[in-house]
Amino acid sequence: MYFLSTIKLSFRNLALQKSRSFLTMLGIIIGVAAVISIMSVGASAQDLLLAQVRAMGSNLVGILPGASDEAGPPAAMYGIEITTLKHEDGLAIEKLPHITAVSSYINGRGTISYLSESKDYNYMGVSEDYTLVEDTKVNSGRFFRQDEIDSLSRVVVLGSKVKEKLFGDDDPLNKRIKISQVSFKVIGVMEERGVVAFQNQDEQVFVPIKTVQKLLLGVNHLAFIRAKIDKEENIDLAISQIKNTIRFRHNIEDPIKDDFSIRSTDQTLDILGTITQALKMFLAAVAAISLIVGGIGIMNIMFVSVNERTREIGLRKAIGARRKNILIQFLIESSIMTLIGGLIGIVMGILIAWVITIGVNYFGYDWKFIVTPLSVFISTLMAISVGLLFGLWPANRASKLNPIQALRHE
Amino acid sequence: MLIKTDNITKDYVDDGLVTPALHGVSFEVNEGEFLAVMGSSGSGKSTLMHIIGFLDKLTSGKYIFDDQDTSNFDDDQLAEIRNRKVGFIFQSYNLLPRTSVLDNVLLPTIYTPHLNKKEVEKKALNLLDKVKLSERINHNPNQLSGGEQQRVAIVRALINQSRLILADEPTGNLDSKSGQEVMEILQDLNKEGHTILMVTHEKYVAECARRIMVLRDGEIISDNKVNKQRLAKDGIEK
Repeated sequence: MYFLSTIKLSFRNLALQKSRSFLTMLGIIIGVAAVISIMSVGASAQDLLLAQVRAMGSNLVGILPGASDEAGPPAAMYGIEITTLKHEDGLAIEKLPHITAVSSYINGRGTISYLSESKDYNYMGVSEDYTLVEDTKVNSGRFFRQDEIDSLSRVVVLGSKVKEKLFGDDDPLNKRIKISQVSFKVIGVMEERGVVAFQNQDEQVFVPIKTVQKLLLGVNHLAFIRAKIDKEENIDLAISQIKNTIRFRHNIEDPIKDDFSIRSTDQTLDILGTITQALKMFLAAVAAISLIVGGIGIMNIMFVSVNERTREIGLRKAIGARRKNILIQFLIESSIMTLIGGLIGIVMGILIAWVITIGVNYFGYDWKFIVTPLSVFISTLMAISVGLLFGLWPANRASKLNPIQALRHE
Repeated sequence: MLIKTDNITKDYVDDGLVTPALHGVSFEVNEGEFLAVMGSSGSGKSTLMHIIGFLDKLTSGKYIFDDQDTSNFDDDQLAEIRNRKVGFIFQSYNLLPRTSVLDNVLLPTIYTPHLNKKEVEKKALNLLDKVKLSERINHNPNQLSGGEQQRVAIVRALINQSRLILADEPTGNLDSKSGQEVMEILQDLNKEGHTILMVTHEKYVAECARRIMVLRDGEIISDNKVNKQRLAKDGIEK
């Protein structure tokens, strides 16, 4: 009976000061909502990043021009163009055991036009095994063959969005389009793939690698090579074989002088996972600070409340309330505030995360709505402990009041 | 014998400075008595009431209440005895604002958890009816007159079957008519057997009691039976 009536009493005291109680709770609401939504956004962003890398295909290794530290980004990231990696390197790698498919890559950007329609798109120079490497396929027509690469054929496979833009519902096969004023025959259209590695795969066209090098760009090097390994456990072995092959081809005897670097998607996933995890925790910690600020707000209001109700405390003591009765009464009051604030905060946080999900998905990313029970649990726990912790001091002061002096308080 | 004090002293210590408020007060109160304690301000009558009401601890001496030596009670024991055996009536009523009359009356029972809720509520309604407040049980104190508020406070003092009612200037804030009503109720309660200790500085209020004790400078200077008790219903005036 005592506990119930104290809780009832606390609710009534809070209801008597509706706007004040709400403003006090606001700190907790914002804190909890921030922790939940930020943890959700962190988890979703992490999931998206990893999914983007995973979507490139499993058991992939990338060979990039220029040496780099294992942990650091490759030189190409800094905008430095290195021209040492060649298509022939890719052909040599293809002959190694455990390698199921290899594709060279070089990309450029130019105006692509068909009749009166024209627009700027990326064009990708790739090898005939591109579809195997990237786990994709053509939707209609066919992909180009090796002999078309060797003969510098002017054939093109369109991304699904490019096809839509230039041809609408018409059949594009065997029609001729222009890429940077050079005429190409359309031989296929890719299936829809969406955004992979932050590049919309449907908004580009695919041209034989050598045709891009010689006819469109006038270069001899590659942006990178990707190779698919047959089994996960063979990745390390394959990487060392690839290294040896390229070193041999580039006449490198000392590994320190490597002019290339090799990354596997697993490795990239590891690095990305570590970075995003740290980022997620950091953001949550920042959000948690607002919870502490909210707690100080609670403490402030509880002190005001204790001061305002000094006579009440004196009376309660005079008619038989013990120290612990007063202590519990004020603790319950601050806990109820944080608990209600926490619950509203949880709902708000989930709502914010949900709105963000809708927003990001609108821009074509596969952003998942992730609210973990852990984040809800952590923020609720923090809210309650903040309420108890910051409520303790004012409550303790209230409980220690001398009843005679408290009754005389004006 | 309900109250027996033996040579009670009380010193207030503030910043190392000792101010004596009571110098050896000894008296007894039997069950069913109506005692008025008089004295000017600074005479120690408030201090004595706080000690008798277990709101304050004595410095030395012995205080036996209801056959129990309470001289060395700790804070929790004092709180419990205040709750179960003493009912307070204050000059300024001290009702909780924005709390109904009924809830105000039931306030002491919150700290007496073993009581049956339904029974005490029934008892509260009975007592409120007796002081003519049954129409007002759901009103808040600020909707009541001073006299009505003091009657609520009296019912609150009775709800836990206290052995002693302590009234501190119960008519101090009231007009003479309301004051008369309050004194009538106190006299009725005394007739029913309740023991009342009332602090006042008004002679005509004190004469409503049956015994008057006068304090000066922390000592009892007189303690006499009232020869002819003033009956409140005949009117009290200055």
